[in-house]
Amino acid sequence: MAKKDEPMSEGEEETEAESISESESESQSLSGGGESKGGLEYIMSLPDVPTKLPPHMELQRTRVFCNADAPIHTDTVQYSGAFAALGEDNSFRLDHFRKNFRIEVMRYSEDDMEFDMIGIDPALANAFRRILIAEVPTMAIEKVLIANNTSVVQDEVLAHRLGLIPISVDPRLFEYADNNAPNERNTIVFKLHAHCERVKGERRRHTVKANDLKWLPNGSEFLLESGDSNSNSTSKPKTHTSFSCSQDSLPEFSNNPIGFKGKLNDIIIAKLGSGQEIELEAHAVKGIGKTHAKWSPVATTWYRMLPEVVLLEEIEDEMAEKLKSKCPVGVFDIEDIANGKKKLTVARPRACTLCRECIREGEEGEKRVSLRRVKDHFIFTIESTGALPPDVLFTEAVKILESKCERVISDLS
Amino acid sequence: MEHGSFSDNSKSTFSLTDEDHTLANAVRFTLNQDPRVSFCGYSIPHPSENRVNIRIQTTGAPAREVLKDACQDLMMMCQHVRSTFDTVVADYKTRNPSEEMDTDDSDNVG
Repeated sequence: MAKKDEPMSEGEEETEAESISESESESQSLSGGGESKGGLEYIMSLPDVPTKLPPHMELQRTRVFCNADAPIHTDTVQYSGAFAALGEDNSFRLDHFRKNFRIEVMRYSEDDMEFDMIGIDPALANAFRRILIAEVPTMAIEKVLIANNTSVVQDEVLAHRLGLIPISVDPRLFEYADNNAPNERNTIVFKLHAHCERVKGERRRHTVKANDLKWLPNGSEFLLESGDSNSNSTSKPKTHTSFSCSQDSLPEFSNNPIGFKGKLNDIIIAKLGSGQEIELEAHAVKGIGKTHAKWSPVATTWYRMLPEVVLLEEIEDEMAEKLKSKCPVGVFDIEDIANGKKKLTVARPRACTLCRECIREGEEGEKRVSLRRVKDHFIFTIESTGALPPDVLFTEAVKILESKCERVISDLS
Repeated sequence: MEHGSFSDNSKSTFSLTDEDHTLANAVRFTLNQDPRVSFCGYSIPHPSENRVNIRIQTTGAPAREVLKDACQDLMMMCQHVRSTFDTVVADYKTRNPSEEMDTDDSDNVG
């Protein structure tokens, strides 16, 4: 289609541009940077050329209609020349994006936030969501060295449980371990030694919680099993990590010990019966959610399009009461109007889950209420697991997308 | 990584390793809005291979340049999203300082 469009508009520009006064076409070509633009501008200024999409098309372009049988107009029109015949330029313009893009924070707390992203395409909103879940790094326990485990929880289950505990530490302070030896820049070591004492005549129970994992800033305390016994006597004994200095001597951690914050301390790792014991060391490294979900920095993150509930006619009295009681999330409200009559109003469209209960009656219902979603308005929710606050996670995600673009550009040039 | 013909550089397939829908779909979105592009699409040839192919056909401009411009556009959009987000969040935090203090306190719990 574009191939057809290009020469057509150029042809038009030649004939039209020549017909208008010379001075005008000159100034236009100067400002527009190209002859075709000047010509197009002239055409657009003609009184009978529509400058905007007709309202019904604009509605289809910007809204999803959630009808009783199925949602319609669900696609987003991306192609630059999609509305060329109607004189609407659908090509990408950064200044338009800058002008129309908006963010509004709805809710913010240390571990979850909700904000509205307005004027953006689902392709980008989804990219941010995907990156948040799978590509923003965190620290998680990857290696568990078990010295003793007499609990009922098997070694592998215990190791898996440990891996899933979110560690409250900024992953940006660490490097990826890859195949390097574990050092103070890429590994965090925790020690866990829990024991349930055996007391005669008592049935003791002990709960091991995340809080019992103690940070070892000097690295592993378990010695490497090497056959050489004489090397141990001369130098420092070799352990499972090779820290060149203590982590708590680093400025980032000197007065900010690594551990678990708030309710993360109460995560139950295992329960011990009397006489049972767990002794282990856990090594945490940096990773991304794509490799394993334990590295995902979010419990989940999602977006939904803004619901729009429109009453197509005045709904009064009985019908108003009926519709109000039908809605399970209380979208509608009833307003008293003159002479004892009641009128239905849409009070909380944002709460609408599009259950479509209000239009369930078919034709009749659809004529009364129209349920829509705004295509470029996303209600974005981020639930952080605790490593980083949600706003930092989002900026990190955007940065990752930027670096992906950068990689492609540098690969191509 | 580019597969095209030597005689006609307006049509090319770009094969990106270690990428998936995240980048490919976003780039496809910006490419589609470029008036020079007559066709573009992407595919992941095999789900267990970390590779995505992006096909670009243009009305004449070199496909390589068009892809670079699309990435540039995407990057500019990201930068704008990030700066908008940062200012809005900072704004929200100054308007609701109590919540901000909560976060600060719990940050220091070991």
